[in-house]
Amino acid sequence: MTPQAIETQQAARLRAFFAGHGAMPVETGILQPAGTLLDLYGEDIRARAYVTSDALRGEQMLRPDFTVPVVQMHMAHGAAPARYTYAGPVFRRQEEDAARANEYQQVGFELFDGTNPAEADAEVFCLIAQALGPAPLRAATGDIGILLAAVDALETTAPRRAALRRHIWRPRRFRALMDRFSGRAPVPASRQAVIAGQLAPTGAPEIGLRSMAEVEARIAALREDAQAGPIPASQVALIDAILDVREAMPYALEQLRDISVDLPAIAPAVARMAQRMQALERRGIDVARLDFEASYGRSSMEYYDGFVFGFYAETRADLPAVASGGRYDALTAVLGQGRSIPAVGGVIRPGLLAELGAGE
Amino acid sequence: MSVKLGVPSKGRLMEKTFEWFAARGIALSRAGSEREYAGMVQGIDGVELVLLSAGEIPRELAAGRIHLGVTGTDLVREKLAGWEQQVEELAELGFGHADLVIAVPAFWADVDCLDDLDAAAAAFRAKHGFRLRVATKYHRLVRDFLRDNGVADYQLVDSQGATEGTVKNETAEAIADITSSGDTLRANHLKILSDGLVLRSQATLFRARRAEMDAGQRAAMANLSARLGL
Repeated sequence: MTPQAIETQQAARLRAFFAGHGAMPVETGILQPAGTLLDLYGEDIRARAYVTSDALRGEQMLRPDFTVPVVQMHMAHGAAPARYTYAGPVFRRQEEDAARANEYQQVGFELFDGTNPAEADAEVFCLIAQALGPAPLRAATGDIGILLAAVDALETTAPRRAALRRHIWRPRRFRALMDRFSGRAPVPASRQAVIAGQLAPTGAPEIGLRSMAEVEARIAALREDAQAGPIPASQVALIDAILDVREAMPYALEQLRDISVDLPAIAPAVARMAQRMQALERRGIDVARLDFEASYGRSSMEYYDGFVFGFYAETRADLPAVASGGRYDALTAVLGQGRSIPAVGGVIRPGLLAELGAGE
Repeated sequence: MSVKLGVPSKGRLMEKTFEWFAARGIALSRAGSEREYAGMVQGIDGVELVLLSAGEIPRELAAGRIHLGVTGTDLVREKLAGWEQQVEELAELGFGHADLVIAVPAFWADVDCLDDLDAAAAAFRAKHGFRLRVATKYHRLVRDFLRDNGVADYQLVDSQGATEGTVKNETAEAIADITSSGDTLRANHLKILSDGLVLRSQATLFRARRAEMDAGQRAAMANLSARLGL
């Protein structure tokens, strides 16, 4: 059999496996309206997805993943709880590394159920792990919800918290903002001048859609921000401590519990992590050997906002994750037009799985 | 077979390139009429002149249809993925200087750097319901630059010409374009962000890494390199 035939066969087998565990098989179009994806992911998606167009429907994308159309479908007519599975090709532009596939099969399992999030997280993780079988894979896990809770609890102004929240998924910018809000980085001279009102009139006419009123509103916001004191060093240290947590899951949990003594606002998120760990254990996962990294998943996809995981080939560091997934409650709110539902899911790349099997 | 040298087929870039080679004892010229894109080479053997649009030279180099080519660094980096694997920079020619920069309306007193642009984009999206638009023809370069600098809530809109006018025409809020003196930007009431330099470009002589050469071509290439002092 050709590699493509093996990949397709594996995909069908995995989808049947998920269907056997209560998931309803669903299909989505390969062509997706570009607007929704662009609105969600911004310009970055253009660098990763193929965009095409016609005069009637405008810009469309070759499906870069199934999650968005499946969530849309569920929000439009699904009723919770619901389990879905799908299999089919996805398309990713590759501009740096010619060895990476630009078309490959993806098989997924998505669970929409708000009754017990910790159980739902564990169910998805365990099903994916089971579906992967005996392949030599290392699992990585994390929880974006803990960092989100910590940011929400910072003793600072609401606009600063919002700015940090917005850049949780861009670690470099997040760091730069923390440095500025805590006084570790100086305020740029140009901004000091704006705040002090020392700007010479530009004399330039008002052009474009962004109005003078918007410029003035931001100057007012900058002045207000200048009145706020720095985020205390002790709080910055707590954020750093969270980001540094990288341990086997039980030890990571202990570290986070220690941190939550000084930052009680993360306690509910840490408690959820503990429940999830217990749920994983009940399902037979050896959590003492499961890695947990508090900053895991931050630079991958925006909208994962809770539990995140990935499975990597131990002997093939050159390969991307063979499977990955996570919780995306906020995504359902964005796509649900006012409604939302807790949701978690994961995908497997059967092509990579077959490649590993072939290497044995 | 001779070594094929691609040179911009018109304008200042062509003239300056001819001057650069002439100063090294190699006379390049356009054969026949003004309209004919055929070239002549005197002063060295085994080198053939191919006149092309500057924008096509990166693609011809990547395909290996020409061995050497003169074009702007900006075009090579925008058009060729993994450009270092495809071409080698042999010499910067010292003309055709242009900077690819991010510029915003001069009256935006609150925006001086990328950090400001990011914050303004967030507020703009919240107010207008769509992402702040940046007009450019250098999509890859600008997208990579803004991503590396953590700017979010923007979108690129394609502009193949008169990009400086897009803000006034309300088809974009900011632009990313090539400028040499900044005069056109100022005339259109735009200012460059203090850290908005995406790329410094100039006319450069490139060698195609994948172009095949026979023994005769290799000898001609070695001779040419020696004459150019490379």
